[in-house]
Amino acid sequence: MEPRQRTAWKTAVGLVLTAIMLFPVYWMVNVSLTPREDIRDSALFPHHPTLAHYGVVLQDQLPHLATSIVVGLGTVVLTLLVAAPSAFALSKLMMPGRRTLNFLLIVGQMIPAVVVALGFYTIYSRLGVLDTLPGLIVADSTIAVPFGVMLFATFMLGIPQELMQAAQIDGASHWRSFRSVVLPMSRNAAVTVALFAFLWAWSDFLFASTLNREGGLLRPITMGIYDYIGSQNQEWGPMMATAVVASIPTAILLVVAQRYVAAGVTAGAVKD
Amino acid sequence: MTSVTIETPAPATRVAANPAQPPGRRRLRRLRPTTWAGLAFAAPLLVYLVIFYAYPLVENVSMSLHRFTRATFVTGEAPFVGLDIYREVIGSAQFWPIVRQTAIFVGASLFFQYVIGLALAVFFQRSFRLSSVLRALFLVPWLLPIIVSGTTWQWMMDADSGILNRFLAIFGVDPVWWLNAENSLMSVTIANIWLGVPFNLVILYSGLQNIPTQLYEAAALDGANRWRQFWSITFPLLKPVSAITLLLGFVYTLKVVDIIWIMTSGTGTSQTLATWAYSMAFGKGTAVIQYSQAAVVGTILLVVALVMGFVYLAVQRRQED
Repeated sequence: MEPRQRTAWKTAVGLVLTAIMLFPVYWMVNVSLTPREDIRDSALFPHHPTLAHYGVVLQDQLPHLATSIVVGLGTVVLTLLVAAPSAFALSKLMMPGRRTLNFLLIVGQMIPAVVVALGFYTIYSRLGVLDTLPGLIVADSTIAVPFGVMLFATFMLGIPQELMQAAQIDGASHWRSFRSVVLPMSRNAAVTVALFAFLWAWSDFLFASTLNREGGLLRPITMGIYDYIGSQNQEWGPMMATAVVASIPTAILLVVAQRYVAAGVTAGAVKD
Repeated sequence: MTSVTIETPAPATRVAANPAQPPGRRRLRRLRPTTWAGLAFAAPLLVYLVIFYAYPLVENVSMSLHRFTRATFVTGEAPFVGLDIYREVIGSAQFWPIVRQTAIFVGASLFFQYVIGLALAVFFQRSFRLSSVLRALFLVPWLLPIIVSGTTWQWMMDADSGILNRFLAIFGVDPVWWLNAENSLMSVTIANIWLGVPFNLVILYSGLQNIPTQLYEAAALDGANRWRQFWSITFPLLKPVSAITLLLGFVYTLKVVDIIWIMTSGTGTSQTLATWAYSMAFGKGTAVIQYSQAAVVGTILLVVALVMGFVYLAVQRRQED
């Protein structure tokens, strides 16, 4: 590393660049704190800050927030249940056809969501599960499952084979060594997958606006915000306040789990 | 902006995957191939893929070959019409202009996301005070729900009270009607570039970490300045990672619906193939719901995505050799 004095200018430039990049976030918070009558002035700073818009959020959006939490948690559970055992099969049990499966998972992430939504819409309307939470949970999980399998599998590959052997010598079945050896050691992977599955389900707009658009209060927070756009007289204050509240999971993810995030972005596919 | 998984040269996982042992010995040390157990553990995923991936896709393709209307959508008795609807969609007056807009949206997004992402990655390449914190903050646009970013950009681009026009006014620029029919493509592209920079930054940054610093030291001894070092070392050695980044970026940008839909509902020039498909099936106030036409556009997008999937794998395989 270069001496501190020589990199001070970099810190300064970095701060400026970050400020520019995050300006929209600041602007959202700024508008959310500005009284209704001042919003159109676009002042750089809320001179008379108010929490009134957040009062509106508490009044209108709690059911949507609760729905989002339920959908997010449901998606996490479903994703983990599907991803963890299959990653074990891919990475530790030398399952036949795993190259093909890998390919399918990579391609699966490339499928346009609008195509998936259209297919789901047809199936759901036939089954009568449009506008239901389980339906939305299943659809949201399709965003996270391929990612989850690959992340788990990459992680499990790193678990020493000796541990598995030791368990087997002790007479443990595959199920046993999965549950008692591999799963506990994959805690970090599980945390990462769970965090992303929750965030993606929480952020989902496309499935919510197609598969749950008549769901009333059982629609997630993204639709709560979208309702403001549709109305004749757009209420920017409550809208931005709801947007701030909807950003909380992002903030938590960054603060609590920052080290997992970059790992999640660059998570590699399984190697064999 | 959905799930992002990429094959970057990650030394740690690679080592874990391929321990330096001869293949034969490695095979012996593994548990005996346990086909049935493997299939049993993978069964949930296999069932899941068939029901929740294959089935909706088959439905989509089938819908593009049958003439669905609101009535036949309910009864499920749409007549099979072969490729008729494909001909109608491709022959329609909207098709080629929308293809052109999609190309501009994807091309401009990719170019600027990559250039800005690379510049930032090089900027962050050597750590400095606060660099890891700032780099983490750069992820925010990528992690925010798109509805949050979309509505915020919409307000910033408001013609009368938006901060962008206020800012431009300082330089005497007349107010820009960002979200009107003519400018909406540019506006959604700007917002989408902002969304995509973090992804490019993270991937390219991790690629830069794998370039040995000795190369730069040697180049510096030879008197190469920073600019020269970038073009002779960084850029050529980053080519594989760049290829992957752009390929994935292409696929992800092609399927973007939400940021455009939230900002403009695909009005004016901001209509792309993906939003067109969305609007024909789910658009508010669409007089005639055109499921089959939407499915046709969706299938076209699907085919492009699949082709890129194969290209991606080919590139990846070549890089491994």
